[in-house]
Amino acid sequence: MKLSGAEIFVETLKKEGVKVLFGYPGGVVLPIFDVLYHEKEIRLILPRHEQAAVHMADGYARSTGNVGVALATSGPGATNTVTGIATAFMDSIPIVVFTGQVPTPMIGVDAFQEADIVGITRPCTKYNYLVKNTADLPYIIKEAFYIASKGRPGPVLVDLPRDVLANKADFVYPETVSLRSYNPTYIGNRWQIKKAADAILKAKKPVIYAGGGVISSNASQELKELAEFTEIPVTLTLMGLGGFPGDHPLFLGMLGMHGTYAANMTIHNSDLIIAIGARFDDRVTGRVKDFAPNAKIIHIDIDPTSIRKSVHVDIPIVGDVRLVLIDLLKELKSMKETNEVIEEARKHWAKQIKDWQKEHPLWYEYDDEVIKPQFVIEKIFEITKGDAIISTEVGQNQMWTAQFYKFLKPRTWLTSGGLGTMGYGFPAALGAQAAFPNKLVFDIAGDGSIQMNIQELATAVIERLNVKVAILNNSCLGMVRQWQELFYGERYSGIDLGEVPDFVKVAEAYGAVGFKAVKPSEVEPVIKEAIKIKKPVLMDFRIDRMEKVFPMVPAGAAIHEMIFLEKKKKTEKMKVVR
Amino acid sequence: MTHILSLLVENKFGVLSRVAGLFSGRGFNIEALSVAPTQDPSVSQMTIVTSGDDRVIEQITKQLNKMIDIIKVSDFSDKDYVLREVALIKVSAKGADREEALRIATIFRAKVVDSSPTTYTIEVTGDDKKIEAIVNLLRPLGIKELVRSGPIAILREDKNK
Ligand SMILES: Cc1ncc(C[n+]2csc(CCOP(=O)(O)OP(=O)(O)O)c2C)c(N)n1
Ligand SMILES: [Mg+2]
Repeated sequence: MKLSGAEIFVETLKKEGVKVLFGYPGGVVLPIFDVLYHEKEIRLILPRHEQAAVHMADGYARSTGNVGVALATSGPGATNTVTGIATAFMDSIPIVVFTGQVPTPMIGVDAFQEADIVGITRPCTKYNYLVKNTADLPYIIKEAFYIASKGRPGPVLVDLPRDVLANKADFVYPETVSLRSYNPTYIGNRWQIKKAADAILKAKKPVIYAGGGVISSNASQELKELAEFTEIPVTLTLMGLGGFPGDHPLFLGMLGMHGTYAANMTIHNSDLIIAIGARFDDRVTGRVKDFAPNAKIIHIDIDPTSIRKSVHVDIPIVGDVRLVLIDLLKELKSMKETNEVIEEARKHWAKQIKDWQKEHPLWYEYDDEVIKPQFVIEKIFEITKGDAIISTEVGQNQMWTAQFYKFLKPRTWLTSGGLGTMGYGFPAALGAQAAFPNKLVFDIAGDGSIQMNIQELATAVIERLNVKVAILNNSCLGMVRQWQELFYGERYSGIDLGEVPDFVKVAEAYGAVGFKAVKPSEVEPVIKEAIKIKKPVLMDFRIDRMEKVFPMVPAGAAIHEMIFLEKKKKTEKMKVVR
Repeated sequence: MTHILSLLVENKFGVLSRVAGLFSGRGFNIEALSVAPTQDPSVSQMTIVTSGDDRVIEQITKQLNKMIDIIKVSDFSDKDYVLREVALIKVSAKGADREEALRIATIFRAKVVDSSPTTYTIEVTGDDKKIEAIVNLLRPLGIKELVRSGPIAILREDKNK
């Protein structure tokens, strides 16, 4: 029996196991929406902006590990998806974005709502397609899901001309995909793994530096085993948080620009870095030429282009992080020999790291009068016992959360790391909530960022996605303000957001619930109340406007050259965290 | 250092722009690029001349290998290969210069493929040194137009096999 392209599209999505579709309609994709009208197996969630649809698919993908799916119409619908796609691309998140296109005979004539979205997204997708024949739909969609999720994950875009959706063809779903030009390496080279194991046994000052690859390959269990078996301390990148328990004695905290002093010093002084699913991003390495001057580097990554892109690597291992770690552990267990000199050195190393931890722990000054943002984050952790999915926006709110929330499990942390997209957190949280209706999902937001997708309150209310948004409201673009204070002579330019809007009223206008907290004593009751209410809640925490993110590696410095919160302020009120 | 990369790519719409986009997006050099079909209609062959230090060339080859539409990447640079380029040179040739132009063409085993009372169009095949050499000799006569194909290359077969 012949089906229309739109029917084939929906049938293929079902075969791919799609349960939720974040989609916004428009002229050329109406055939799809018409099919969805009768569809029971796929939940259609209507966002209020196509960018948000893509972030929702992204949040869905990060929290579940499955491919997230978004749909937009041609022209402006398609161009609105670009920021969402670029966000997923930079963080290697598996999503498939479908866009409508004008009918094939009209492509290239500047038709109404035509945009060359395949051309526009070429540099920010892992791959993209323009479908030219209805009969090609099943295999192209199948390939799109395959490419998005296999190897190093990433976004794939499929452009669907209107006639391709309207025409009929036989529906033949291919059971398998084979691409002669795409064969990622999953199993690490045995000899390289042997070499790595050998280097690990011989290292006197080793450290594990792990990133988002641990999350995407579901390797957190193996990472924990490796760390515990070898007793090597672990630092995580922003993307890696949750990949190793945040309360583990071997955990050093995050590294990099706003990492802990101990993590950065450990990396800087190490003689062996075991890099696992991380890519030596410039926010991590600081000034590259002074990065870890005495370290040998083992680099495990599924993407060969990540290896030796910015730093020299001594032992590269291309492969799936999880599979490589399994082999590496086997190797280490088979050769574990004791060497007194090394053991003695390791003891010194552990002691040295403890000293660094004591010298400059993460801390902030608690205040009885004004709310400190870190206090809010600690309270959220305490009250949820760390059993929540947390997204953030971008800016100080993001860095404070990374520092002060102890992520215990993978896939509970959603943040735009590579692109740093303000406006990401709220829709991403909604996507995660759609995947896990019974879980607590928080967006820890800035007052600036939340306004970049605040219209999604409507989606939250109508779709009953009861996300709790905690706005750390400093009435300004705080991170930019921090840079202007520290590096631009306190010339505050273009950062004042005023006391606008009244977030409580905004929440109420959308039919959500709004709370405002001004005093530290109000923080806990507000969070508890927000959790109790079975509705989306916007919490407006009026925080100390002057609060900054510390420690910090200034731009262009090496990672051990950190600046700290001034010590003279350290009083009995000081709160040491890690 | 200059490297010659030979790629086998899927003969699909948009592949050339993907490859070109990779080079421009990541700030890599392209000195020359040619694309042509192979015996297999689903596969095209690309020859790219690029330059950079070892780290850059390593990145370029890895990035190319990573592209979904690229089937195979070979760097010919430290291998034994034959490289050829075609140049078409339209040169002024009046009076005594007509003789001179023909003489130069003969030395380089080049062919005259078109002529008018005041010009010759000369076709020459070779590597870039040979092409530059003939161009330098013809220049005093007055080159009106010069078109080069960009190089193509193929590996030499192992003579001991
Ligand atoms: C879309 C976008 N525009 C601009 C920036 C640059 N930027 C980074 S942080 C920041 C300030 C964010 O302000 P807010 O959301 O209030 O967070 P805060 O730093 O105050 O916690 C800006 C403007 C960005 N990351 N993303
Ligand atoms: Mg702010």
